[in-house]
Amino acid sequence: MKKDLVIIGGGPAGLAAAVAAYDAGVRDLVVIERESEAGGVLKQCIHNGFGLTRFKENMTGPEYAYKFLSEAKSRGIEIMTGTFVIGFAQNKTVTCMNEKGIFEIQAKAVILAMGCRERSRGALNIAGTRPAGVFSAGTAQKYVNMQGHLPGKRVVILGSGDIGLIMARRMTLEGAKVLCVLEIMPHSSGLRRNIAQCLDDFGIPLYLEHTILKIEGEERVTGITAVQVDKNKNPIPGTEKHFDCDTVLFSVGLIPENELSKKAGLVLDPRTKGVTVDGNRETEAEGVFACGNVLHVHDLVDFVSEEAEVAGRAAAEYILKGKTHKNYIPTISGERVSYVLPQRLDKESNLPQKLYFRVKEAFRGAVVKVEAGAFVKTIKKIAVAPGEMEYVVLTPEQIRSADSVKISVLKGEECDGNI
Amino acid sequence: MFDVAVIGAGVVGGFCARELMKYRLSVVILEGADDVAAGASRANSGIVHAGFDAKEGSLKAKFNVLGNRMMPKVCEELGVGYKNNGSIVVAFGKEQEKTLSELKERGEINGVEGLKIVDGDHARKLEPNLSEEVTAALIAPTGGIVCPFTLNIAAVGNAMDNGAKLRCGFKVIAVQKEKEGYKLISENGEEVFAKYVINCAGAGSEKVANLFADTSFRIMDRKGEYILLDSSVKNYAHHTVFAVPTAAGKGVLVSPTTDGNILVGPTSVEEENYDTSVRVEGFAEIKDKASKMMKSIPFFETITSFAGVRAYCDRHDFVIEESKTAENLFNVGGIESPGLTASPAIGKYVAEKVAEKLHAEKNEKFDPVRRVNHFKELSEAEKNKVIAKHPEYGKIVCRCENVTLGEILESLRANPPAKTIDGIKLRTRAGMGRCQSGFCQPHVFNVLMKEYGYRADEVTKKGGKSYIIVGGEL
Repeated sequence: MKKDLVIIGGGPAGLAAAVAAYDAGVRDLVVIERESEAGGVLKQCIHNGFGLTRFKENMTGPEYAYKFLSEAKSRGIEIMTGTFVIGFAQNKTVTCMNEKGIFEIQAKAVILAMGCRERSRGALNIAGTRPAGVFSAGTAQKYVNMQGHLPGKRVVILGSGDIGLIMARRMTLEGAKVLCVLEIMPHSSGLRRNIAQCLDDFGIPLYLEHTILKIEGEERVTGITAVQVDKNKNPIPGTEKHFDCDTVLFSVGLIPENELSKKAGLVLDPRTKGVTVDGNRETEAEGVFACGNVLHVHDLVDFVSEEAEVAGRAAAEYILKGKTHKNYIPTISGERVSYVLPQRLDKESNLPQKLYFRVKEAFRGAVVKVEAGAFVKTIKKIAVAPGEMEYVVLTPEQIRSADSVKISVLKGEECDGNI
Repeated sequence: MFDVAVIGAGVVGGFCARELMKYRLSVVILEGADDVAAGASRANSGIVHAGFDAKEGSLKAKFNVLGNRMMPKVCEELGVGYKNNGSIVVAFGKEQEKTLSELKERGEINGVEGLKIVDGDHARKLEPNLSEEVTAALIAPTGGIVCPFTLNIAAVGNAMDNGAKLRCGFKVIAVQKEKEGYKLISENGEEVFAKYVINCAGAGSEKVANLFADTSFRIMDRKGEYILLDSSVKNYAHHTVFAVPTAAGKGVLVSPTTDGNILVGPTSVEEENYDTSVRVEGFAEIKDKASKMMKSIPFFETITSFAGVRAYCDRHDFVIEESKTAENLFNVGGIESPGLTASPAIGKYVAEKVAEKLHAEKNEKFDPVRRVNHFKELSEAEKNKVIAKHPEYGKIVCRCENVTLGEILESLRANPPAKTIDGIKLRTRAGMGRCQSGFCQPHVFNVLMKEYGYRADEVTKKGGKSYIIVGGEL
């Protein structure tokens, strides 16, 4: 089979990329989706808050997904559901498997939009037994919201990632008692609004700098031992607290699902755990693009859609106009910045570039400093946190005159009042 | 009335039953847990030991070497993952090098072929991630790896395919002598009659022997903890790398598994209550010891940790003998390492003895091949043929290990059928990958509900009361 464009993944990124590519002129395209319905994880995110930033609309996850799914359907874009991509190579062959068999699609361009997965208990070296009742927060969310089963009644949540916070509220609303949320870091990795709306409003305590020392129970979880940790995340003896519970949820980070990218020989950025891209979201392999949580984990789907549209339009341009000359400069993570995405910018591009970045620590009174050659700009922020992605926008002119773009985040007092 | 009851559906019980089916005998396997492979056979290093470690003249030495030779063919017949990857024992300095020579000598007496000692640089050529501090190494080319739980499942399954019966959830707690043979009574009050009993109850084998008033051996528990790394780092190690053994056992090893993971462990902890929890200090011990043997082990790719409890005997050797005090009872106990390697040979030996005793004739209809689809190993064209006939093989449920719905359904139908989430996991690998069942568990859960007609609150992780859902329906 031959296609101009194959999009791997029918979640919010894949759908938005498909619509954007179509609108930019690509007609021969297909979205490959492994589940029986497109929409990705949004299908199980029945809480609201989606679309506020971008559409000024307060949608639920399924509503947000439906919006993009309708756009795709109204354009007649083919979505091949129940189809699993088992192979992908840089020459843009995509090997698929579904109930009809195993087949290959040769594409002119490919967009990687496989999303991410949750880090599991196993990855954390948590001591104790391996009983039933230990779930990733998203798995519990699937049981509750898609299958109508409440996993347990007394719950401890490790990790204050957004899914964990959402599930603290969700389980509470369904009648479970959420005893606490434990977070090993001195700050939450979730959105501030989720801390307020999901924990504070329900009186659920958040213990920062705490982790689970041990899980107990032979058949089903019977309890956990929590412990406070020091600055190096080592347990502090004597601070152990026991909780009787039947369920433990883990919300300890999301990992981009790059197994296919790795198989194809694409190199991952150790900071984002995604492939490296330019402003068009084109990877090091020509004609292969990536967007959404497979590229870097976003906290708002609004930004996923936006990024996917960039990738979709760029893929269309590549298909319709062919390869263009690139003149790359790197982006640099300065002081207190854990990563900047994209990793490189094309000086020849005529489009303004939005640079996403995350800070390493949470504090108030921040100043974002952007250095692009002679151009330097500072932006004041009331507060920053690792759980909230930030961005700056640069014009093509600003990029053209620079050899690199560096983003740093300073504390207000470090700026001598020069802002 | 069965001719033979095998108590315990671990790998040894499985092979005893399978080998018994080569004779015209009626056999029942009684298992206390709700599935086979519930004890030490489920959680161990999965090593096919060469046989240089066990004391010359011991049962361990004899059955290790025999089992090692049988393993490739047995695994082929049963469709179990096996690889002859070779073992390396690493030494640091003169003192340990002396031990290597002793091991080589002992191995040669035991009948192990191809042993040789090489210097550190040579060893590092074979296994590039070995520590620079390694001064010499013993190479055992006959060492291998096997998937322990599928070996167990397949042995029981093949026995069942040839007519053996399996009763899970049958924990033998009382025994009555009958005119001919025994009445075995379970915890739930069920009864099974058998002329002859083989005790393969693992950690419980002393208790089972005691039910027959046989107190000739004692069984103690020793726990081993492990860390398992993702298959994305499968090229980190190719051989099984051991430290020189000490009194407490073979120590921590680093080995690939037949499914492409890297296994690091085990520790060695004396246990009283069959506790399979991993200790906080276990992680540090594993990392510390393994990191002395190998360079920069990719522990950041850890996907899970687990512990297994090994039953060892006060005789410090296997117990493989007809009871001296109870009639028609055969004890197979204390099968710690190299028990997995030895298991096919133990099964063969025990079955021969029992068949002789019962004057059983050969079963000409015995089929040694386990007839299951090995979908994963098929070529693309063969897979397409299967999918054309059974579309469920085209539907991937476990995305980390690429396990299809067809394979999951097959695990519910092939002997011994899976009935739990972990049962499906052990048979198909669904849930064994890097996401540790985060994505596939709700799907597998639905399959169990649909196929067995379970209510949501009846689905268990591993039998008993290990319910997945305890909060009710919404």
